[in-house]
Amino acid sequence: MTEATIDPTSPKAPTIGSRIRICLFSTDHKVIAFQYLITGLLMAIIGGYMAYVFRMQLAFPGEDVPGFGWVSPGHYNALVTNHGTIMIFWVAMPVLVAAAGNFLIPLMIGCDDMVFPRLNRLSFQIFFLSALVLIASLHVSGGGFGGAWTAYPPLSSDPDFNLTPLGASLWLIAVALEFVAFLIGGINFVTTTMNARAPGMSLMRIPIVVWMIVIASILFMVSVGPLIAGAVMLLSDQLAGTAFYDPHNGGDPLLWQHLFWFFGHPEVYVVLLPAMGIVADIIPVFARKKFFGYKAALYVTIATGVLSFFVWAHHQFVAGIDPRMAHLFTATTLLISIPIAELCFLYIATLFGGSIEFRTPMLWAIAFLVEFLLGGVTGIYLGASATDINFHDTYFVVAHFHYTFFPIAIIGLFAGIYHWFPKAVGRHLNETWGKIHFWGTIVSFNFVFIPMFFLGLGGQHRRIFDYRHFPDLAGEGFQDMRVIATIATCVLIAFQIPFVINFFHSIWKGKKAEQNPWKATTLEWSAASPPPHGNWKTLPTVYRGPYEYGSPDSEEDYLPQHIEPNT
Amino acid sequence: MSDTFQPPIATSRTTAGLPTSRLGTWWVVASEIVIFGGLIVAFIMYRMRHGEVWAEQAEHTKLYAGALNTFVLLTSSYFAVCAHKAAEAGDGKKAAKLLVRTILLGGVFLCVKAYEYTSEILAGYGPLADLFWSFYYTATGLHGFHVLVGMIILGFVAKDAAKGKNLHRVECIGIYWHFVDIVWIFLFPLFYIASGL
Repeated sequence: MTEATIDPTSPKAPTIGSRIRICLFSTDHKVIAFQYLITGLLMAIIGGYMAYVFRMQLAFPGEDVPGFGWVSPGHYNALVTNHGTIMIFWVAMPVLVAAAGNFLIPLMIGCDDMVFPRLNRLSFQIFFLSALVLIASLHVSGGGFGGAWTAYPPLSSDPDFNLTPLGASLWLIAVALEFVAFLIGGINFVTTTMNARAPGMSLMRIPIVVWMIVIASILFMVSVGPLIAGAVMLLSDQLAGTAFYDPHNGGDPLLWQHLFWFFGHPEVYVVLLPAMGIVADIIPVFARKKFFGYKAALYVTIATGVLSFFVWAHHQFVAGIDPRMAHLFTATTLLISIPIAELCFLYIATLFGGSIEFRTPMLWAIAFLVEFLLGGVTGIYLGASATDINFHDTYFVVAHFHYTFFPIAIIGLFAGIYHWFPKAVGRHLNETWGKIHFWGTIVSFNFVFIPMFFLGLGGQHRRIFDYRHFPDLAGEGFQDMRVIATIATCVLIAFQIPFVINFFHSIWKGKKAEQNPWKATTLEWSAASPPPHGNWKTLPTVYRGPYEYGSPDSEEDYLPQHIEPNT
Repeated sequence: MSDTFQPPIATSRTTAGLPTSRLGTWWVVASEIVIFGGLIVAFIMYRMRHGEVWAEQAEHTKLYAGALNTFVLLTSSYFAVCAHKAAEAGDGKKAAKLLVRTILLGGVFLCVKAYEYTSEILAGYGPLADLFWSFYYTATGLHGFHVLVGMIILGFVAKDAAKGKNLHRVECIGIYWHFVDIVWIFLFPLFYIASGL
């Protein structure tokens, strides 16, 4: 990685000083992508550790958790809150939007870097700072913020209620900084894709993953503004004592819920779309078949983006909103499942009749389809106000959104890593260890969350620290399911160790990868592995669409985008 | 770092048919619109709920000061447009001189704002006096912050323009400055004029 990214203008070989300079100040999009990826993965370790601690507390309440100690109610709340915050804002966002976007966009549209490389650098620096602020918020007096990742007032706005005056404010500042980082990054992504495409890269020749990252960036940009305003108001409620969310003095806590979910629901699609895009780009490669319905995929993605702004209140069916409004939001929520289902059908249609190779990236891509389907189908129950009122704040909801976010943030991420690792590093990951990692992760993941569907159906509420205080919920069958989920969590975490070893071993000792190991057609495979600073000696020109597999014009079964047609 | 920085080829491409810097500026403006949009919509919702009480509070904002500031800000935008015209013609010195006038008027705006804040707080209408005033100080404060940041960037652009460098940036900062202007055009009627029912 490092050799390839040395600035060609510096005449000297890499020294320790120049390596440090690259780490801190490089504007190369691949270095920044790698930094986002590593930061995201490190935060995932912290988030995973938190999940381990609170799962152990639920399965074995009151006992010391190995590696943490005794869990107090305050600890428990802070762990659950920050697990959610970290996994969405510091894992899913950096790895799926920022790392994938930074690495793929310039390489896939055929230019040498982002259009604003120094803004790109600034975006990562602000993001890194936000991660440090969040970690600091866990260690201040009073402990980390424990008012759930949605931070509803008055719990979040009044230190008398949340008991974490410093933790709550630092948490909010960290989240706001993270928004700023991704706003800057998103502007860069959109502008780069609009303005810096290679000659011949018309709109309908852009790989789907680039489209999806760009649409996700626009969704983020449009939805996050009101929440930034909302965060300013919440911060002044916390620190200055204003009453924006305080009903005693004319405010309204529901305002925050609207501002939060107006952002929060599009945010689901902000992280979903890049993962869907990664899968869309992997499936044609390993099915050796043209992507089925490129334009349909693009249009339904845009439809999803538009619809995602009209579904937010389905999170608030029990918050005292007008029942007529609940009907409206039920209808829009059920509507939005149509374009997403259409996308899944397009993926299945691409697989149909292909000559499928079950290499590791393909296994992850197919697992994404299967597991996300379960998440999507259970979402129908929660989108309909009649059933949601029953399921609200139970473990059914927890299981549902983990069946969507785990495929997005973890399975989609691993699909992307296994697919583009040879390009980014110039070496292959070990296939056997990859498959062990895959099966261990997928099987144990299902054992974690399927019991939670049943716990939720049985009425188990989400935010309870110790179920022994609730005789109805502490029964034998319930506790057994909690223990199964907890053991599966530990197995799931243990199965990430082969990946970490494989990852670092392969960076230095893996099998050398040639320029185009998967025989793929998109532009990034026409650059050297790993691509040097500037990506190509002469920037490529594009002659055809991104998925020309099984083309009659070529002797092999694929025709890359940059090969000149021989007429 | 900046002295050795070479912009990539990507920056000079114009696939979409307009310069990258202008395109980027428009996206910045788009993301700012939703930030102020969220705040303004929240204010309007509350304003409708608290009709009479807030109408009475709004009587105490200084209409003449707000009107003066509207005039000052619109005039500063006029100079930004003139600076753009000069930059298009390649006259960096003239553009810089006009941008300095924009900056000075931005300063006048902030001085008038400071006078308003002082006299309102002295009259007992501080940020905690009522939710109306919390909104007033948050919205005008956020706007004032944008004016200040705009003045600083204008300063850098004017310094470059005086040397004939980066003249395309005159237009970009102009777009941003007009946006800040338009936000004020929304804030002025909402907080100053709409004091009746």
